[in-house]
Amino acid sequence: MRKVAVAGVGLVKVSEHWGKPIGTLFADAALQAMKDAGTDDVDGLYVSNMSGALMQEQLNMGALMADAIAKQGLHAVRVEAGSASGGVAFHEAVKAVASGYSDCVLVAGVEKMSDVLPEVVTKSLAMEEEQEYSAYTGVTKPGLSAMLYRLYLGLYAEPSEVGMMAVQSHDNAVGCRHAQYPFRMSIERAMDSPMEADPIHMMECAGVGDGAAAIVLVPADTDGVEVAATTVATDYCSLPMREDPLTLGAVRKAAEKAFKLAAVKPGDVDLVEVQDDFTINGVLSLESLGLVERGKAAKFVAEGGAARDGELPTNTFGGLKARGNPLGATGVYQVAEVALQLRGAAGDHQVEDAKIGLAQNMGGLGSTCAVTILRRLGR
Amino acid sequence: MSVPRYWREEVPRYRLLGKVCAGCGAKFFPARPVCTECGSTEFKDHKLAEVGEVVTWTVVRNPPPGFEKYKPYVVALIELEDGMRLLSQVVDVDPEEVQKGMRVEAVFRRVKEDGKAGIIQYGYKFRPVVE
Repeated sequence: MRKVAVAGVGLVKVSEHWGKPIGTLFADAALQAMKDAGTDDVDGLYVSNMSGALMQEQLNMGALMADAIAKQGLHAVRVEAGSASGGVAFHEAVKAVASGYSDCVLVAGVEKMSDVLPEVVTKSLAMEEEQEYSAYTGVTKPGLSAMLYRLYLGLYAEPSEVGMMAVQSHDNAVGCRHAQYPFRMSIERAMDSPMEADPIHMMECAGVGDGAAAIVLVPADTDGVEVAATTVATDYCSLPMREDPLTLGAVRKAAEKAFKLAAVKPGDVDLVEVQDDFTINGVLSLESLGLVERGKAAKFVAEGGAARDGELPTNTFGGLKARGNPLGATGVYQVAEVALQLRGAAGDHQVEDAKIGLAQNMGGLGSTCAVTILRRLGR
Repeated sequence: MSVPRYWREEVPRYRLLGKVCAGCGAKFFPARPVCTECGSTEFKDHKLAEVGEVVTWTVVRNPPPGFEKYKPYVVALIELEDGMRLLSQVVDVDPEEVQKGMRVEAVFRRVKEDGKAGIIQYGYKFRPVVE
């Protein structure tokens, strides 16, 4: 297998792009990434999208997006793995280049959520869960995370500590040009907001937005940003089947394998992008990734450990909460942001001397998880 | 909701009927094609206990389409007296009154309606046991 490198990235601001059809949104990111890479000679396209079938009534999105960027004839496929679509698509694209099947691949995530009413977004998120015995109860995606949140509160932390995950993500988003909500939010604002699914407050949830992010992958050289590892793992799709609900089994498995493949230890990671679609998910992710000890992540975040100048800079452009969470595109945003950090191109968001970065993208209540570790080469 | 899809799950949902692995005795709800413990594909029916207790819960404030008229409603992870766990709504209770360890029992209830002309779905919910 060949080593693979990130040659270019493109990020569209997460927002409500009322006037843009999904193909145009996609093209904005894809063209940016190819320009950044200095080539548009791609021989493969991986489109990550979660809910186009529901929100735009659009299937066959591989062909549609190849067509949108005037690359009729291109090998193109859409990857769907719930909210983990972006991370899983990246993984598949890396394999295409690593195997030698492709020499220059574009992986681009796109999601357009502003086309539908809020209750359709709720339905779409519930569609990530098993339908006949989980979604059947009327439980929502935040509702499932809320049940873990309550277990966590009973054992390890206060709501005002778990809620700091959202406050931290907002702090990191200030000044970020591609962030949906680039402003600070106080813990009081989060804790005083209405309940979404008790004990999760509305301001502990990622919002709704449109976005697209793209990455160009090529065989690695001696310089640049290398894909040190990319892994995907799964878990029981039903919460009642899990022996220890507070361990996200897919996150743990994907992380352990990624650390092994990259030959790095959790302590070597200079920055991390985690799935903070709900504060508790970010907290549990830090723990299941092996980056923070079990039961300690909420306090770690509350004490500043996740700040950009903290012990483990986390969600350095705002994470899902503040950069935004355009579902199928989110995992691609995360990897692109890690690549910007390792290139030293993160501007005001730069983590000093970042060499190794990790991105974790999770679908359902952790039933799918993709972990990517990038490493800076040379210098 | 299509008719075959609803019909197929009627018995397990109406009677709380799970499966027990013919190979190793592991119990499952709902049924699954392969035993997670021994890999067997042979199962017999297993009637679940109808009383259990709340392990953890939430209150859904913004429900998916079809559940609006029940909001806010409690959804809980319940451990039954036979050790089986499942997700269910907990009804006939003020959401603020729900507690960890609260004893609950299965009841047969209307779950969801598909608009004015669609299927009316029924199944299990749980309610507090009145001692």
